[in-house]
Amino acid sequence: MQFGGSGRESLILALRAMLGEESVLTEKEELAPFECDGLSVYRKLPLAVLLPSTVEEVQGILRLCSDHGVPVVARGAGTGLSGGALPISDGVLLSLSRFDRIIAIDPEQRIATVQPGVRNLAISEAAAPHGLYYAPDPSSQIACTIGGNVAENSGGVHCLKYGLTVHNLLALKVVTMEGELLEIGSAAPDSQGYDLLALVTGSEGLLGVIVEVTVKLLARPERAQVLLAAFDDVRHAAEAVGAVISAGIIPAGLEMMDNLAIRAAEDFAHAGYPVGAEAILLCELDGTNAEVSEHVMKVREVMQHAGATEVRTARDEKERSMFWKGRKSAFPAVGRISPDYYCMDGTIPRRNLPEVLERIASLSKKYGLRVANVFHAGDGNLHPLILFDANREGELERTEAFGREILSLCIEMGGTITGEHGVGVEKLDAMCLQFDSAELAQFHAIKSAFDQQGLLNPGKAVPTLHRCAEFGAMHVHGGKLPHAHLERF
Amino acid sequence: MADIESALQERAKSAIDSGTPVAIIAGGTKSFLGNRVTAEPLHVAGHSGIVDYDPRELVITARCGTKLEEIEQVLAASGQMLPFEPPRFGEGATLGGAVACGLSGPRRPYAGSVRDHVLGCRIINGRGEILNFGGKVMKNVAGFDVSRLMAGAFGTLGVLLEISLRVLPRPAASLTLVHECRDPVPYLCGLASKPIPVDAAAHVDGLCHIRLSGSIQAVSEAKNLLGGEALDGHEAFWEDLREQRLPFFGSDAPLWRIASGPSAPMPNLQGAWVMDWGGSQRWLKSEAGEGEVRRATEAIGGHATLFRGQGDAFHPLKGPLGMLHRRLKAAFDPKAIFNPGRLYPEF
Repeated sequence: MQFGGSGRESLILALRAMLGEESVLTEKEELAPFECDGLSVYRKLPLAVLLPSTVEEVQGILRLCSDHGVPVVARGAGTGLSGGALPISDGVLLSLSRFDRIIAIDPEQRIATVQPGVRNLAISEAAAPHGLYYAPDPSSQIACTIGGNVAENSGGVHCLKYGLTVHNLLALKVVTMEGELLEIGSAAPDSQGYDLLALVTGSEGLLGVIVEVTVKLLARPERAQVLLAAFDDVRHAAEAVGAVISAGIIPAGLEMMDNLAIRAAEDFAHAGYPVGAEAILLCELDGTNAEVSEHVMKVREVMQHAGATEVRTARDEKERSMFWKGRKSAFPAVGRISPDYYCMDGTIPRRNLPEVLERIASLSKKYGLRVANVFHAGDGNLHPLILFDANREGELERTEAFGREILSLCIEMGGTITGEHGVGVEKLDAMCLQFDSAELAQFHAIKSAFDQQGLLNPGKAVPTLHRCAEFGAMHVHGGKLPHAHLERF
Repeated sequence: MADIESALQERAKSAIDSGTPVAIIAGGTKSFLGNRVTAEPLHVAGHSGIVDYDPRELVITARCGTKLEEIEQVLAASGQMLPFEPPRFGEGATLGGAVACGLSGPRRPYAGSVRDHVLGCRIINGRGEILNFGGKVMKNVAGFDVSRLMAGAFGTLGVLLEISLRVLPRPAASLTLVHECRDPVPYLCGLASKPIPVDAAAHVDGLCHIRLSGSIQAVSEAKNLLGGEALDGHEAFWEDLREQRLPFFGSDAPLWRIASGPSAPMPNLQGAWVMDWGGSQRWLKSEAGEGEVRRATEAIGGHATLFRGQGDAFHPLKGPLGMLHRRLKAAFDPKAIFNPGRLYPEF
């Protein structure tokens, strides 16, 4: 549907009347900063960018857009990596950036109630004086907002022990496309009726617009300690991951980097990594002082038994933060050694790590593209970074084909096409590999229960059956570029 | 152990074709819970057996009719457990029933609820289709989270065939401290704000029961810090609380489950109380009327379930939530075949 001409004019007029001139952006240069999210290969300008400040305004916008049949895409900080906040040309972009207030920190109940535009890290900062923090820590936590975290069910380094966003939420206020305000969940556990909190979390903006979030806060552990184990064989490192878990220890984080990632990170962050190692594991243990000491000894033993060539324990807080700095800066570090990189995000059962890493290495040879692996090994969440140069003829296409093979491999191994970055527009085709048409139809039925007209973030997260049929055909014929209708930059 | 999936699908399809509602039943240990369903029984207990379990993965996949007892024994043999300590309420309790009823035991506030541990499921929906959602890995954000939606849906959205759950290592050490406690709410809340390895906290007969679990060192340090008597045979206490076998649960008065924020004041209701989940699950034995209980519970920001007794079981849905529930029910089960009325009389 093309929405233009006088319909567009009257909508913009009505929006201006409701929100005020300065909260409705329509000039091309004003719209440009919103043309993409963290997956910048996809770009589009919306009809308008809206900057509401109150829940009533959000309700009003959604009612108006419902009446006009205009699609709405909600956006937080725009740090998402799957194009979930990509604007729609004949729709409006609803920015929640003005919802940036921490409403309440309740140390007694250990909860924080915040507006969706509050940054992830700001919650922990506000809770810190009470010895509390918010556990999920996506790597973009300095910039990403809690509303976006809920929409994507964001993960992070500490999921293994503390869970995903969905495990750390108590309540949401959500506005439906019809403009109804839903209050889902509460500080009282296991709310009545269906678990809508779970359903809305990770729904990528398709079911409602999140306007308030209540999260659980945890007591800060007494102590955290990091071990760095080096291996001369990727397989040994991968096997050590399972061995730590089998020893009955749930680390707060268990991360792996391969040689290319180690060298890039070391050049960038000077974290003191052993650059000769084929792989390193970073294992963070937290808890009470005594517990951490006990577990450090045990993990050291397990790593050595698994063939580690060296096991280091961070001597002090400074070294611990250096170990993490290297890991957390791995993506930008890889960005320096290659003109472009494509970050994949699949999950596999841990036991298949050794095999999958080997198969990715042989795919790397097949496609003639380098891969750096830096990922959440503890929960089997892979982030292969495919290094390429978009200016070289055919490399982007080869990269995408490589990426698709990695995702197919994840499914083949009993895993999933996305562990934490979401489907967005990026993995619509891969969804056709993971779900059959009856399952996709069930997703569409859920979508309709919330949004009968299909106006909230349409075309994201769940592919149409038609698209999957075409994608299947494409597989047969091969050689064609997916998303051929999308512009390329 | 048997795979009767195709037979179940045929049964479901014929019920759908003829428009005959069915009441899904496995062990039947939780039939008392929720509203009565008058419908043909659909027996699923025969669909049983552990399908996949590898302790390194911290994941177990089993068919709906698998007994909780069997699952917990198999896990224990590898030093692991279901972290949410599901109540059984009888010998035949199954995994499917535990997930469908969404019930969790004493460790729930510290380790998460049953839904927090659901990773994936296989269901028959109201079109007679067999569908898979989620998976066997912890981090998975592909598609809407249908598997967690099934937890606590009381079978109204479909027949659970198979469920994958996250499991955890059993703590190396565990003990329970008991001491007198006149004002449990602030005490229990204070505990939870400190980095102490508490994994259950209850208040029964004027006594606070605090279970500490973790490494041997951590538990022993916390014990010294908190003081109080260590309870002999403490596991039996928590099991009796979870299974509602403590003397408190014996009386004939209706049993209410009052869920609230942990620091919420006690609702203004006459009756006997037991507090679990560090204060956020409160059991009330009371003859007070349904309206009175619900009003007093709402006043403290909570919700009330009539757990055992005559009346509507669940707290009414507010505002547009009722409409959304009906639409969701229709999205899964358009002909209203599965467990009609079990959750709410309207669907």
